[in-house]
Amino acid sequence: MQAKQVRTSWNPKRILYSRKMAPYLFVAPFVASFLIFFLYPSIETIRMSFMSMEGFGKERFVGFYHYERLFNYHFGHAILTNTVYTACVLVIMMTVPIVLAVVVNSRLLKLRNMFRSAFFIPSLVSALIAGIAFRLMFSDMDSGLFNQILHLFGRESIAWNMGYSTGILMMVTLDAWKSIGINMVYCLSALQSIPEDIYESAEIDGASALRKFWFITVPMLKPTLIYIFTLTVIAGYRMFTESYVYWVDSTPGDIGLTIVRYLYQMSFQRNDMGFGSAIGIVLLGIIMMINLVQLRGFGMFGKEKD
Amino acid sequence: MKKKITLQSVLLTIAVLIAALLALFPVYFLIVASLQPTQYMFSRGLSLVLGDNATLANFRILAEYRDGLYFSWYKNSIMITVLQTVLALFFSSMTGYALGVYRFRGRGLIFTLMLVVMMIPLEIIMLPLYKLCIGMKIINTTAGVILPFILSPICIFFFQQYVSGLGDSFMEAARIDGCTEFGIYFRIMVPLMKPAFGAMTILMAMNSWNGFLWPLIVLRTNEKLTLPVGLASLVSANAQKMEVLLPGAVLSIVPIVILFLFNQKKFINGLTSGGVKA
Repeated sequence: MQAKQVRTSWNPKRILYSRKMAPYLFVAPFVASFLIFFLYPSIETIRMSFMSMEGFGKERFVGFYHYERLFNYHFGHAILTNTVYTACVLVIMMTVPIVLAVVVNSRLLKLRNMFRSAFFIPSLVSALIAGIAFRLMFSDMDSGLFNQILHLFGRESIAWNMGYSTGILMMVTLDAWKSIGINMVYCLSALQSIPEDIYESAEIDGASALRKFWFITVPMLKPTLIYIFTLTVIAGYRMFTESYVYWVDSTPGDIGLTIVRYLYQMSFQRNDMGFGSAIGIVLLGIIMMINLVQLRGFGMFGKEKD
Repeated sequence: MKKKITLQSVLLTIAVLIAALLALFPVYFLIVASLQPTQYMFSRGLSLVLGDNATLANFRILAEYRDGLYFSWYKNSIMITVLQTVLALFFSSMTGYALGVYRFRGRGLIFTLMLVVMMIPLEIIMLPLYKLCIGMKIINTTAGVILPFILSPICIFFFQQYVSGLGDSFMEAARIDGCTEFGIYFRIMVPLMKPAFGAMTILMAMNSWNGFLWPLIVLRTNEKLTLPVGLASLVSANAQKMEVLLPGAVLSIVPIVILFLFNQKKFINGLTSGGVKA
């Protein structure tokens, strides 16, 4: 008798109909995935950063030793490279995509959908594949495309991938080419939610196109611009592929050495996972600082969460 | 408003056309490079216009390269992309949906956790994750590439925003008709969320198809590699493998571009309606 009652209260049908239980079942996979593939590795990274590990298994507590090792020329160089790179990409992403979005949204433009696709296609190509093309264009041979262009202006050929600033330029060019399209689409989707009548009333008041852009479009797109800003900065500090594709085997003279590249080299090429974890923790610190500044300055993506 | 062709409109279109050609130039460059013999590439330089020198020889070399190794990469990439996209959409849409329509205890916490995952890059937890995959014996497998990432926070966030905008009158009506909560989700809400699924399919497939660092770490043996990782292994040997690398790169772009072109409208409209503008 008792058992029967218990069984009815655990009737699967009732669970299916229960509005109280349903949301928990829906989010259960997320919670499981979070615990196993996010929370556990996060804690483990912190622990590993205090360990000396020769491969796996043999672990020895070394305190802050790895963090002390981080005060070296290479790592400082990597942070600098990421910072300069991020700043350059940011300047491009805060200006070009919004202008492009306004243009491809303009009623004056013919074949709007075709152009939207054309500008988005680069975003579909992986940085590695695009990098194969850019490597050829930035070839240090006289026959390289960009060197040919230099020749047109009467300049000498440059060994692009052997100089620090030209190295940054190569990575920025590759990323800009790849990321403008997706950010344009984000701006475009925000533009389309601006009510048309705001522009119409501005037109009645005699506002010029430039004034409409500056006083209506830009303020209305502020949340999107903040979103792009945040994503760009985080992507800038975690950049890896753009460096890897140009300097595959090693980074001579630290050209193209970024934080994640350094983490990768130390962990997988030198097998020093403890040190690699410490690099990861510093990267986490940098990202958290950026997020904090962003949250303080703008709120969550520029608006309150729910 | 009548459509008329004005000088302004023609000039604008020409300017945008030039910009678009510039944007597509690297893709054109890659295609042209793959269609000419590689032996003179560095001495004479590439010709940007194909003439008599156009040849499919590189594509033939690619097909025969190590008994069709490239096709294994292609197959792996397609399998990983399809599986990852389907699983990510399924699980992420469920989570986003629950966050969007139900008010339950712990909802705020889960929302916060999702934002934390969104903001902390994979690279930071990559090493323990790698160890975990070794422990789970899924290193060098498709599962190892996919499993840690079947829940995408951006996707969850997008579905949450999208569902919040739908209103719950449909749900109430369905409950009165005796639908289960899961029935409501699968039969009523999923069809309503179609534009969101359209947009997110492209975004997820794109990320999966182009994923590089994680597959580079997880995949070990040559025949298991994905396209970007496999092609990267040819870059390091540089000039000798150009005749495989170039056509390989060109063909690797094709599926994702086709997927996009067929869903182009859905993609941009879907993003608009869901408000990634958030």
